[in-house]
Amino acid sequence: MLRIHRKQLALLHAHATEGYPHEVVGILAGDRSRHTVQRVQPLTNERADSPANRYKVGGLALLQAEQDLEAQGLEIVGYYHSHPDHPAQYSDYDREHALPNMSYLITSVHGGDVIHTQSWRLLEDRSSMQEEAIEIES
Amino acid sequence: MTVSIRIPTPLRPYTDGEPSVAVEATTVGGALNFLTTAHPDLSKHLRNEHGKLRSFVNVYLGDEDIRFLNAEDTPLTDGAELTIVPSIAGGVA
Repeated sequence: MLRIHRKQLALLHAHATEGYPHEVVGILAGDRSRHTVQRVQPLTNERADSPANRYKVGGLALLQAEQDLEAQGLEIVGYYHSHPDHPAQYSDYDREHALPNMSYLITSVHGGDVIHTQSWRLLEDRSSMQEEAIEIES
Repeated sequence: MTVSIRIPTPLRPYTDGEPSVAVEATTVGGALNFLTTAHPDLSKHLRNEHGKLRSFVNVYLGDEDIRFLNAEDTPLTDGAELTIVPSIAGGVA
């Protein structure tokens, strides 16, 4: 179960809408022990060559962003990205690049409107990702 | 010689929660192999089925990406600090 504050989910959806038809990406920060997202932190998608169906954030840029959040007392719970005109189902490419012990929240955006959001976690053997429920907190 | 490897948060469950692991090695590849021998469950997340580092796994020696040095053959000196820095990537199939 991934818990996310209502306002943060709204900010995430706004980021996905603004970025359409490109994929957007960001960090889910908060409390790992409670599995709660208290802050969404948008990042820059570095895949300028194929932004409609790929995202990437390089190691140093990600490390810097994560250290900034951790300096504010937040932990890294996971990451989010959008799937423009595709379902919120993870792709093989998502799975191949996923880290264990993290939540991967995917938002489906069709025609500029957010349709659906699902969260996934990589199985230990990396064979697939398992959906986890999302609980929206006020 | 003894070197340290900094472990990123999502991989710490495989190092008993330790943020840094001391290993004995003379090259970067040797250091990583020492790490995955001591913590075997970590291996599949660092290396693919061909034994190569996964594309999202970046390894830094100090502040230098080993890809711009001599990759896993990069020699180490005593007290060297390695850092595993994941990037994130994905997208519609």
